[in-house]
Amino acid sequence: MRPAFSVIFLTTLIGAGQGLFLALYTVQIYALFQLLPPPEARSFYGFGSLVSVLVLAAGLLASFFHLGHPERAWRTATQWRTSWLSREVIVLPAFIATTLLYGLAHWTNWRPSIASLPSGGLIDATILLGALGTVLAFALFICTAMIYACLPFLREWHSPLTVLNFILLGGASGFTLATWFAAYAAPQVVGFLTGWALILTVLGFAGRTWSLIRNARLRPRSTIQTAIGVKHPKLAQKSQGAMGGSFNTREFFHGASASTMRALLWGFPLLAFALPAVLLALGLAIDSAVAYSSAFVIQYLGLLAERWMFFAQAKHPQNLYYQTVS
Amino acid sequence: MSQLALVIDLNVCVGCHACVTSCKEWNTSGSAGPLVDQNPYSADPTGTFFNRVQTFEIGEFPGTETLHLPKSCLHCEDPPCVPVCPTGASYKRQQDGIVLVDYDKCIGCKYCAWACPYGAREFDEQGKVMKKCTLCVDRIYDYSLSEADRKPACVKACPTSARLFGDIHDPASEVSVAIRSNGGYQLMPEWSTHPANHYLPRRQTQMKIHPDELERSDNPRKLDAQLPKPGAAGPTIEDAVGW
Repeated sequence: MRPAFSVIFLTTLIGAGQGLFLALYTVQIYALFQLLPPPEARSFYGFGSLVSVLVLAAGLLASFFHLGHPERAWRTATQWRTSWLSREVIVLPAFIATTLLYGLAHWTNWRPSIASLPSGGLIDATILLGALGTVLAFALFICTAMIYACLPFLREWHSPLTVLNFILLGGASGFTLATWFAAYAAPQVVGFLTGWALILTVLGFAGRTWSLIRNARLRPRSTIQTAIGVKHPKLAQKSQGAMGGSFNTREFFHGASASTMRALLWGFPLLAFALPAVLLALGLAIDSAVAYSSAFVIQYLGLLAERWMFFAQAKHPQNLYYQTVS
Repeated sequence: MSQLALVIDLNVCVGCHACVTSCKEWNTSGSAGPLVDQNPYSADPTGTFFNRVQTFEIGEFPGTETLHLPKSCLHCEDPPCVPVCPTGASYKRQQDGIVLVDYDKCIGCKYCAWACPYGAREFDEQGKVMKKCTLCVDRIYDYSLSEADRKPACVKACPTSARLFGDIHDPASEVSVAIRSNGGYQLMPEWSTHPANHYLPRRQTQMKIHPDELERSDNPRKLDAQLPKPGAAGPTIEDAVGW
């Protein structure tokens, strides 16, 4: 497949936004059980939610560049019974709105109490909004990943690993972003967030490596024999019916050279996992906001390359019909 | 419930592209607006077509055969492109099984093209919507045309009658009989899309000639070579079996 940059930015940005929200709420839950010193609500949860909303909105904006008729985008909410894309279109604004409300509740200190824990912690509106946001964040991860994982003949995508990796990679970048943010907003929880960012980065590396190995071992189910229905071991296309290319030649071939593919294949794990892990550990060791910020920036660039690879590696069976121009 | 479809006889198709041009002509002049042509007179002409004729070579020189494969939307009975559409613009008609795109609802996200294993859908870069074969739905139900003309443009254009059109759910229809009796098959059956369009395979015409078909047994030129008849004094069959 030809990677579309609108979709690359959409999936990586909303992944980071979801991860950042989950990081904020994780800190709140730990603080509720007095496992962490509570950060200042306004600057950490309030402003952190705003950052998350901005990242998510940037992703949503990027997605519009993928559409031929963005003015009809409202129609995409109608087919949620069958289409994962439609479900994503419903869950994404719901998640953005919930994150906004979660941040506003913290910002305005609107925290009507609902129940209290034996330990004395109060279950208030922000806890409930955060729980709703967590459910929506995971629903959004599943919807986004299932858009790709539900297509059976794109076998590189048709695997539970796709869903797992969207969750792990979004979580890793979100928690890394949270360390950068917390270095300014709540230094007392930076160590905790760095620990989780490291765990998610390592798990993301494992999950993505697993999917790369799986892709390398896949054997195509569709062949030129099944594509044209001729049982002969030697078949070759001589003409595809058009000499100047078509939508089929533009949309389904990435067009990158083998050396570019090889460089990206080795480069993206370095950028998305190895360097950020080193920088996160360094940030923890020397307590440096620069290390956290560069960890996130490098990891995000690495995830852009990872997502490019995710699309480029998917081999569409229609390509069997478009092997030779003439 | 009927399922309209094309049945394409690969044994008859000569790869002349008449179906391609006729399809383009009909579908670029209809109420749905033009099918885009970009750089039609420049170095890299491209555009949206509903139908393409592709050519494949079977075997290795000198023992090669040529196969022309006209490829358009196969109007799958279980179309993977339809459920993924987020707007409902892609749909399969209940009454005749034609898979259509509502160009007024399509947002041009191209997800349906990703979901089609055959590459049957082509994005219109001018209209910014996805387009595909309609089985000439604006023609086959146009009762101002004579019955002979109420067929898809490609079928009407084919000079060798390689393209048949009809209801494959009606066991008595021309297309059903052709599929049944001439080994009609579907493309990429492994994805269970159950394409409605079928292809009839290339069939090599072979003739088995036995030696006795080349020479009459009572050829008068062979009279001299015939064995002599046994004489009247020789043993008869009664001598052998009588007791």
